[in-house]
Amino acid sequence: MIRLRLEKLKIPLLEPVDLDVAAGQWIGLQGPSGSGKTMLLRAVADLDPHGGRVLLDGTSCDQIQPPLWRRQVSYLAAESAWWFDRVGPHLEEVPADWLESLGFGSEVMEWSVRRLSSGERQRLALLRMLANRPKVLLLDEPTANLDRASMETVEELLAGYGRRSKPAVIWVSHDPGQLERVCEHIYTIADGRLV
Amino acid sequence: MTIISLSAFDLAMAAGLIILLAVISLVMRLGLEKQLLLAGLRTTVQLLLIGLILKALFAAADAGWIALMALAMLVAAGREVSARQQRRFSGWWRMGIGTVAMLISSYTVTIFALVMVIGADPWYRPQYAVPLLGMLLGNTMNGIAIGLDRLTSAAVDQRAVIEARLALGQPWRQAVEDVSRASIRSGLIPIINSMMVAGLVSLPGMMTGQILGGNPPMEAVKYQILIMFLIAGGTGLGTMAAVWIGSRRLFDNRQRLRIDRLESR
Repeated sequence: MIRLRLEKLKIPLLEPVDLDVAAGQWIGLQGPSGSGKTMLLRAVADLDPHGGRVLLDGTSCDQIQPPLWRRQVSYLAAESAWWFDRVGPHLEEVPADWLESLGFGSEVMEWSVRRLSSGERQRLALLRMLANRPKVLLLDEPTANLDRASMETVEELLAGYGRRSKPAVIWVSHDPGQLERVCEHIYTIADGRLV
Repeated sequence: MTIISLSAFDLAMAAGLIILLAVISLVMRLGLEKQLLLAGLRTTVQLLLIGLILKALFAAADAGWIALMALAMLVAAGREVSARQQRRFSGWWRMGIGTVAMLISSYTVTIFALVMVIGADPWYRPQYAVPLLGMLLGNTMNGIAIGLDRLTSAAVDQRAVIEARLALGQPWRQAVEDVSRASIRSGLIPIINSMMVAGLVSLPGMMTGQILGGNPPMEAVKYQILIMFLIAGGTGLGTMAAVWIGSRRLFDNRQRLRIDRLESR
């Protein structure tokens, strides 16, 4: 089943992109810095203006209210952003057993965001996104700033969600080894084209 | 009590203070003498001109001329608001947001005061309408300029947060609510502060003017209280309107944050 379809998606720097990603399919995306990987993901999440069409399960993006679209087609940045002082209010929709499975007790809700390590921040940001039960994950170097152990935890967390919910995934990374480990197909952006 | 009328000689003596400052500036090489003299000259010419206009306006008491005057004041205030922005909305919105917000707030509050509170006859009587509108525009202008400036710079600084909230499926209004709230608050703080210290630290200018003009202090005080409340109401409504319109304009119809609609200078 085709979950995510890009039809002549037009963004700056890239020739129009056609791409199908099936439910449960993991697509890797690599290319030099500034080649348009982030812009592509942001356009799919409808965070930036773009030409062409993006379809989720056959329904075009412009027929779905933006908040609903972004809950289903979720973008995760390399650097997470937080707006309350404490962790708790950000994670109200996250089930408690998810936190436990990552080794967080309920006291994490009382923690100040500032005292989180970068690994903790990224894991919690991921949980915050997964609580929406997205059908498409757009991961923009999700482990770029993490040490080896944190990276493995994040990969396991995503793999677990993948087994349960069969999302379509586009994973951008600078680490070819990681993409080979987690993705079935790897595309490279070169000279403004997806190959 | 009679008003002591000021002669040209009286004003010339006061102008001596400006000339004294200019001489000191020259001696101390502050480099301010030209600006001081120009500013003194501009004050004199601009105020004399407005005096002549008001004199004619008061004599005619014609609704059309008063409306024209009110429009000119609005446009001048709108330009001032956009000139004070570090990052401005591009195109028509640059002046539009501030001007519309002042139109909504200052005009509504002025008309409310003229019709409901003062009860002048006719309600647009220029002795009341023009100074009231002027004071309201001048003060709401400050609140609106501060609120919009805060809104646009915070939208740029907090872009990552706003977009993270959008990406999690929050509607634009929720994604920007902290920024909007802080902007409205910063626009309102100056007027709240000046109400707090009114009469303690400084005697407000309008009240001082009325007392110098020969009015009994209690009458002057009552007008000053009225003005303070009107200014607070106008500033509050105007800042809220401007920040609301500005917040909306930061997002497009697909609720995407559009920083590209701002231009910095």
